[in-house]
Amino acid sequence: MIAFWLLAPLMVAAALGVLFARKAVHAALLLAVVMIGLAVLYLVQDAPFLFAVQIIVYTGAILMLFLFVLMLVGVDASDSVIETIKGQRVLAILVGLVFGLMLVLGVAQVSLGAATGLEAANADGNIQGLADLLFSRYVIAFEFTAALLITAAIGAMVLAHSERLKPRLSQQEMAAQRMRDYADKGKHLGPLPAPGVYARHNAVDTPALLPDGTPAEASVSRVLAARGTVRSAPRLADDIEELTRRLNDDGSSNIPGEPDATPKGPIEGDPSQQQSQTRDEGEEQ
Amino acid sequence: MSETPFLVLSAILFTIGAVGVLTRRNALVLFMCVEMMLNATNLALVTFSRVHGNLDGQVTAFFVMVVAAAEVVIGLAIIVTIFRTRRSASVDDASLLKY
Repeated sequence: MIAFWLLAPLMVAAALGVLFARKAVHAALLLAVVMIGLAVLYLVQDAPFLFAVQIIVYTGAILMLFLFVLMLVGVDASDSVIETIKGQRVLAILVGLVFGLMLVLGVAQVSLGAATGLEAANADGNIQGLADLLFSRYVIAFEFTAALLITAAIGAMVLAHSERLKPRLSQQEMAAQRMRDYADKGKHLGPLPAPGVYARHNAVDTPALLPDGTPAEASVSRVLAARGTVRSAPRLADDIEELTRRLNDDGSSNIPGEPDATPKGPIEGDPSQQQSQTRDEGEEQ
Repeated sequence: MSETPFLVLSAILFTIGAVGVLTRRNALVLFMCVEMMLNATNLALVTFSRVHGNLDGQVTAFFVMVVAAAEVVIGLAIIVTIFRTRRSASVDDASLLKY
């Protein structure tokens, strides 16, 4: 009983945490606490087989599956706080409280008499007793379980499978496509230009400048462009001029080499234009 | 060792799971709450198994676990499929049948 009183508050707290956690990963980890607590309670109640199954199947397999899917879906896919139905949240909590109160009061008022205990049933060992039941009285249900698991496995494969609509391009075909692009549209045949390299700022997120001073779009990765984190080189140059002018103004009291002292905002350069342009590029992918 | 506290804990966990299903919007968290409800019923089954002194309750809890595992596999596959087409795991976004 000590195990119960130690674990029960912990489990209820973790369950409430699942309810209120904003991030799905936190909810999954708190659910693991609840499930391990339940496993220990099974052990306390003479169910060692279910203890092992609970740890292996639930915390080991199912929760890891949850975490895998969270990784696929994106950890930052957090919950929205907007209510689509007005007053739904308040009503739901109210209904939940009433339901829980009713259930707890009902359970608390029933007198179950003295528990028989599982000493007689577990005389040959818990697993042996379970196997006796599973392969005699519940053998049909057990067979259906096999069918269910096969169906679930096939269903998951069908749902997760995505058909490749176009055949994968071979290297030879890609080279031929490049040559064709060069012949038809005059697209540059060689490798893409490298990103901008400057004395003060040397990073892949800054486009190189063409001889006429315009940024070379092809020199930054498409991924960075889609994220909207591309810096604009001319703006960067302006910023440097601004900084040197300010340094000349107030003497050399500031430390010129301090990178954090540079204003972040203007460096990002023309966000509206950059964003819209990069968004379009992102849509194309 | 009395069994009422176990049943009360089971009821509380079930209620928390039910409220979670009603209030949360993220499909994955919703699913976790469903799992919590299934686990709460399992605790009640194991407790009653001890009260009655036979193992039928434990066998039933075992079957519940098997069904829950199959359900999670299919449910998560559906969530991944929906996410692939709509780029969102929110249950509010999958509302095509409403219009």
